[in-house]
Amino acid sequence: MEKINLTIDGIDISVAKGSTILQAAKEAKVDIPTLCFLQGVHEPGSCRICVVEVEGWRGLQPACITKAEEGIAVKTSSKLVRETRRDILELILANHNRECLSCKRNQRCELQKLAEDFGIDSNYYEKKGTCVELDQSGPVVRDTSKCVLCGRCVSVCSNIQKVNAIELANRGPDTSVTTPYEQSLSLRSCINCGQCIKVCPVGALQERDDTEKVWNALEDPELHVVVQTAPAVRVALGEEFGLPVGTNVKGKMVTALRRLGFNKIFDTTFSADLTIMEEGTELLHRINNGGKLPLITSCSPGWVKFCEHNYPDFLDNLSSCKSPQQMFGAVAKSYYPQKAGLDAKKVFVVSVMPCTAKKFEADREELKINGLRDVDAVITTRELAKMIKQAGINFNQQSDSHYDELLGTSTGAGVIFANTGGVMEAALRTVADILTGEDLQTIEYHEVRGLEGIKEATVNVNGMKLNVAIAHGTGNASKLLDTIREGKAGYHFIEVMGCPGGCINGGGQPILMDKSKTQEVNQLRAASIYSLDRTAVKRKSHDNPEIKKIYAEFLDKPGSSKAHQLLHTHYIARN
Amino acid sequence: MENTKILSSRFGKIKPDYVEEFVAAGGYEGLKKAITMKPEEIIQEIKNAYLFGRGGAAYPTGVKWEQAYAIPLEKGPKYMICNADEGEPGTFKDRHIMAEDPLMLIEGMTIGAFIFGAKEGYIYCRGEYSGIQKILRSAIKNATEAGFLGENILGTGLNFNIKVVSGAGAYVCGENTALVESIEGKTGRPRRKPPYIKNAGLNMLPTVLNNVETYACIPWIVKEGGEKFLSLGTEFSGGTKLMCLSGNVVQRGVYEVPFGTTLRDLIYDLGGGIADGKKLKFVHLGGSSGACFPEELLDTKICYNDLRKNGLSLGSGAVLVVDDSHCVVDYLKTVMEFFEDESCGKCTPCREGNRRMVEILEKLTSGRGAKEDLERLQSLARTMRNTSFCGLGQSAPVPVTTLLKHFADEFEAHVQGRCPSGKCSMSGVRR
Ligand SMILES: Cc1cc2nc3c(=O)[nH]c(=O)nc-3n(C[C@H](O)[C@H](O)[C@H](O)COP(=O)(O)O)c2cc1C
Ligand code: SF4
Ligand code: SF4
Ligand code: SF4
Ligand code: SF4
Ligand code: FES
Repeated sequence: MEKINLTIDGIDISVAKGSTILQAAKEAKVDIPTLCFLQGVHEPGSCRICVVEVEGWRGLQPACITKAEEGIAVKTSSKLVRETRRDILELILANHNRECLSCKRNQRCELQKLAEDFGIDSNYYEKKGTCVELDQSGPVVRDTSKCVLCGRCVSVCSNIQKVNAIELANRGPDTSVTTPYEQSLSLRSCINCGQCIKVCPVGALQERDDTEKVWNALEDPELHVVVQTAPAVRVALGEEFGLPVGTNVKGKMVTALRRLGFNKIFDTTFSADLTIMEEGTELLHRINNGGKLPLITSCSPGWVKFCEHNYPDFLDNLSSCKSPQQMFGAVAKSYYPQKAGLDAKKVFVVSVMPCTAKKFEADREELKINGLRDVDAVITTRELAKMIKQAGINFNQQSDSHYDELLGTSTGAGVIFANTGGVMEAALRTVADILTGEDLQTIEYHEVRGLEGIKEATVNVNGMKLNVAIAHGTGNASKLLDTIREGKAGYHFIEVMGCPGGCINGGGQPILMDKSKTQEVNQLRAASIYSLDRTAVKRKSHDNPEIKKIYAEFLDKPGSSKAHQLLHTHYIARN
Repeated sequence: MENTKILSSRFGKIKPDYVEEFVAAGGYEGLKKAITMKPEEIIQEIKNAYLFGRGGAAYPTGVKWEQAYAIPLEKGPKYMICNADEGEPGTFKDRHIMAEDPLMLIEGMTIGAFIFGAKEGYIYCRGEYSGIQKILRSAIKNATEAGFLGENILGTGLNFNIKVVSGAGAYVCGENTALVESIEGKTGRPRRKPPYIKNAGLNMLPTVLNNVETYACIPWIVKEGGEKFLSLGTEFSGGTKLMCLSGNVVQRGVYEVPFGTTLRDLIYDLGGGIADGKKLKFVHLGGSSGACFPEELLDTKICYNDLRKNGLSLGSGAVLVVDDSHCVVDYLKTVMEFFEDESCGKCTPCREGNRRMVEILEKLTSGRGAKEDLERLQSLARTMRNTSFCGLGQSAPVPVTTLLKHFADEFEAHVQGRCPSGKCSMSGVRR
């Protein structure tokens, strides 16, 4: 690799040719503040907080996008640089609705940190910010009075997710991040994935707060409140309490939920196993009866909405299975009350999800059972952490406890739903056993794991060649579907998750202060999920004793008419 | 001085879009000569002419074309673009060229196309100029019918077509990268540089982009030779310049003057001096982002070197004359309001800086200003100049710093709660 030599604040350093000044500084152990920059995702060079002086160059240079050159001398903290950065930060703050105490990003905010690092202690300017739009119409809430116009959300939404729901519009003081025609986000093609929230450096994008709804239900003596927790929550919630990334806090979480007053603590991994039973059956049925192929998973509501908007010609390919969240709700309001001797109308179902799109899914008109909503309230991992803090529960010191029985037993297969490739792997474990009629011992399908954007594999099961593909992030999904549309690929089964990396990186997961660590964090969370699978007693959905029980005592068999009535759904073409 | 007409020689004398009349008056002789020359020779003539870009940045056109020509043919320029956005307040010279002699511009672009082998040309014309766009389209149609555009131009094998694109109505769209974004149908916001337009312009392909007046000079240079063009002007500034005289002068309008003419001659001899018997207070030169300076500098020659020596730049050639009934602080506020509105909003220093300058100037003009406000104007100006993403934000503070320099007393008076010219209400003064 060709190297170049330069000095940064007098430190001699040699870096790969093509490195930016920011990268070179990092190697010289010099920190340069950034705000708009998100490597590989968004590199507009527009906020200018990262400016440095290069001897002999005109003006100041944005370190994040300026290439280092042979022999240059960079100054990152001269008087001019310090005064200029301060000027810029003051300009940003002047336009900002500075209400940290009532802001959801308090203490996780990149702007707040900059203000603290710079020691900003006064406000020179008088006029308030100009862009003030509060869009609370959907699961993703936009408060433009907090927006620093960095544009990260726009890049993620258009380049990574390929949704194009938001844009940087207007000019001058009217500049704002808004939707086309300034309609509320929920009226647009937004898929509620929340990836924009995850990259936002400040509190301008947030999930809709549903904790009040949950508190009220918990207070209501008439209601029997049950909660389900998605698999990805257990390996991320700990971060909100300062635990190392990837720590599995399942036991503490269950204890905390019990302390919060939920009547029953159940596990979405149970209904993930249920999904595999239904979806695996659906797959084999389609293959054997010349049904529509490829079958595409439908457990990610962000992906489903993306498909409804952009690929309506694929709606028949979508599995008719409800997502695990909704399957859980459906049985929690039918099977569960029947077994527990409760009135289904009194059962209130709360979901804890790593996902913001689940809030939208729970509100979908058609997802009801006997006139009751499958799921009554959805909170994110972040919202659960907040509730635990509000209740004064010292999370880290809680002892471990177990999920309640009936809908609380999981298998490794259900757990890996959290990772991209997980639904595929879980399905393969069950389908392979069904096709061979054996209890196969090789159950890890490493070819479907990992963070590659699109993964493909051909799996040989009992003489049958199954062509499968996995995409995560709707941008990748769109690429994959385009190849199918063009007739270039023949798959049997496709797994799509709306978020890059799958649910572990969902829009409701903890916010990283240092967003350049996203990939690293995803890997740690994913590894933790796989280790939960490795150590699980049962690792195949069809081996789950509670699954066996629900079919024996209630649902009859996968794909039965009862199962169809409760666990399957349909889709709507949107534009 | 008035006889040196190379750009305006046909103004008002021919039907603007008629090829026959244009040719009868010497039109297309440049192109006809160019096709007998080697591209390198044409570029050398342009270099000899010391032609500097007339769009504002004054980049030497010969050098720009030489660099573009140096890119290997298969990777070489694919588009010739003409910047006819003319968004700079007080600038209305390109309009005259396009309305009165559009074929001169088209001929200049065609010579460029011949050099680079470009097949497509675009004239990005200010949205408000809808009448002019019609004339341009008609001229293009007629030139195509007469064989000066389209397939196999003058039997050379060159195919070149020009499209007229209506501007999006933002000042920043005149910035070359924002302009190509706008042609591509995107919001006109400047791009990161590098890559430069010459390597990755329209559709990320190599592009040559020049101002209307710059292209309009090319036919004459090719026909008469670069040295002759240079000899019209000063040592290092070749040719003539269309100057736009506006503000408090008797005779506003566009004047073609040779380089070397002084600003005083332009304002007093050609423009008839200050209107209504008032006195000159300052001149705002080169457009909104140009310098403002008083009487003492009026003997500066219109010449890139002389102007630079005095800390001035010619910009687009706008000369806005302001008489002594005006208040500099109030005037500056109006200018900065323009930048506040026209900032594309991409980068912090320009988007927020212009706004806050306006805020400070509002304080000063209403009597609520303080000494530290003047310091803040200076520091904001420095930050904007040093860190803005594009030329708009980098040069927007020029009127601020130049007026602060030349009229410090008047700013001080405002801090004291007094507007010497009585223009400001000063209603906020605490008495
Ligand atoms: C904010 C801004 C506005 C501009 N507006 C114009 C314009 O209206 N017309 C123009 O020719 N050049 C304009 N320019 C300059 C162009 O970017 C570019 O330098 C010029 O068109 C190149 O042509 P030239 O070399 O022939 O001058 C503008 C530059 C900036 C930064
Ligand atoms: S976005 Fe950050 S700086 Fe702004 S109010 Fe919220 S926490 Fe404070
Ligand atoms: S939630 Fe997803 S689709 Fe909606 S605006 Fe954010 S990134 Fe785009
Ligand atoms: S909403 Fe957040 S991510 Fe989007 S531009 Fe504003 S501050 Fe940046
Ligand atoms: S300086 Fe920045 S905000 Fe201003 S016009 Fe240029 S890019 Fe836009
Ligand atoms: S971080 Fe470099 S310009 Fe924003």
